[in-house]
Amino acid sequence: MKFRHLLQVNAMNWTSFDTWIVIAGSLCALACALPGCFLVLRKMSMMGDAISHAVLPGLAVAFMVTGSRTSSAMFIGAAMGGVVTSVFTQWISKFGNVDRGAAMGIVFTTMFALGLILIVQAADHVDLDPGCVLYGAIELTPLDLVTIGGYQIPRTVIVVGAVMLLNLIVIVAFFKELKLSAFDAPLSDTLGFSSRFLHYLLMTMVAVTTVAAFEAVGSIIVIAMLIVPPATALLLTRRLVLVMLLSALVSILAATLGHVGALTVPRWFGFETTSTSGMMATAAGFLFSLAWLFSPSDGLVARWIGRHRDR
Amino acid sequence: MAPSGDAAGEDLSYHSDTAPLAVHDLTVAYHRKPVLWDIDLDIPEGKLVGIVGPNGAGKSTLIKACLDLIPKTSGEVGIYGKPYRQQRHLVGYVPQRESVDWDFPVSALDVVAMGTYRQLGWFRRVGAKQKQAAMEALKQVGIEHLAQRQISQLSGGQQQRIFLARALVQNAQLYFMDEPFAAVDAATEQAIVKLLQSLNGEGKTCLVVHHDLATVTQYFDWVVLLNMRVVAAGPVAEVFTQENLHKTYGGQLGLLNDAAKALSYVTR
Repeated sequence: MKFRHLLQVNAMNWTSFDTWIVIAGSLCALACALPGCFLVLRKMSMMGDAISHAVLPGLAVAFMVTGSRTSSAMFIGAAMGGVVTSVFTQWISKFGNVDRGAAMGIVFTTMFALGLILIVQAADHVDLDPGCVLYGAIELTPLDLVTIGGYQIPRTVIVVGAVMLLNLIVIVAFFKELKLSAFDAPLSDTLGFSSRFLHYLLMTMVAVTTVAAFEAVGSIIVIAMLIVPPATALLLTRRLVLVMLLSALVSILAATLGHVGALTVPRWFGFETTSTSGMMATAAGFLFSLAWLFSPSDGLVARWIGRHRDR
Repeated sequence: MAPSGDAAGEDLSYHSDTAPLAVHDLTVAYHRKPVLWDIDLDIPEGKLVGIVGPNGAGKSTLIKACLDLIPKTSGEVGIYGKPYRQQRHLVGYVPQRESVDWDFPVSALDVVAMGTYRQLGWFRRVGAKQKQAAMEALKQVGIEHLAQRQISQLSGGQQQRIFLARALVQNAQLYFMDEPFAAVDAATEQAIVKLLQSLNGEGKTCLVVHHDLATVTQYFDWVVLLNMRVVAAGPVAEVFTQENLHKTYGGQLGLLNDAAKALSYVTR
């Protein structure tokens, strides 16, 4: 992180650097929150966690074999990690009579540990940093620019933006089917909309998003933004379209607040700036706790008042 | 709704290639343990059929196997003479109410409109026509005033009616209903009975998994007694006998009382 000093200089006054960081963070958060809504509604919140951990050894192996961080090799490696995880989870629960959740927990922690070992091994020889894997390098986003149509745009923004658009298109196209299979999978099957296909469509979206966001912003944002914005939105509304819109709003808000927070909050306590990725995830958690406390329908305060009014 | 006067001999005239539902040598096993064993069934057109049997008898499994929701170990199922996947448009399905999460962020109308999805196919959206059909169905089950309500705000009976309305929208010929009478209020029970009768009046066939032995003779004109195998199947008047009920519920002491109670209705 030799560029950290740039941020310190600019910390007090907002620059285009900060704008790009917020844009990258927001796009990534959006890309996660959209499929995340369906993960939460399918009661598969842990699946995002599992996939984002499980792709790690795949990434490490791809990196060790090719020696480069090109997206195609990384993507194939990550996809293989994802496939191995889902297959192993299936086998362990089916043939070993182990609860599915437990099987998933076993496979993804093992895969994650294996990935860490591989990366630490590789790190001796090559440039892959386990810290980078967790909280990414979003602060460095504005330094890697590509020129498109005369504009200089950070590569990360383009990659994450493309994934966000892709997710948006898939969800708009399959909205009715995703809704049906999340609500009532057997009915979906009997009507001819294969719930298995829709499941894998969602998993593919999650995996692609994870891999794309992984290098740029780190897995901690992915895990947080897949689940926290949708869970927050579900506390505030009971209409699916509003759930989607609100979780989009929460994800953008969390990314913005997160970056501002990373620049300001540590100073209150006499520290220097902190990890933006970590702060974005924390901001999401903060927004969730606001909704949890103050939601007009499901909030703690509203419930407490309701209980006392009844007396 | 007295059992129709079909003679037993007429059973032979049901050609399985035209019957709404024809099941042959169906066996289903979970983890190598059979749940359904060698099921043979021919359900004639236009009947209200109760599927009755103790817990774990495989009633839901039978429906799910007919709808290709679970793999068959062996045997085959014909819907009007063809495999299910070619006949989706003829079949409506009402799953058990507890099979879904009623906190899901959709309105009653949204859920009923799901019944139109097969006709719409992939990608096409619910429009005014589908919404109108969904409203009609809600009217038929008597809760059109709850159309915009989020489904978690509805009572169990109202939720069950929504499921029925959703099946109605499918405008099918053959309906599979998994315990529609489970834990509903008396008003809903009456609404469901009325609905079954009107479907029956239109010549549609309904297979209904049912728990309350006391009402079998009242609600259905055909009955399938199931306990892993088909103990008996046919017109209620002929098949719903003390002997058959004992065969079906035999080993299950707790249920013998229910059976006895039911028999007092039969013999009355």
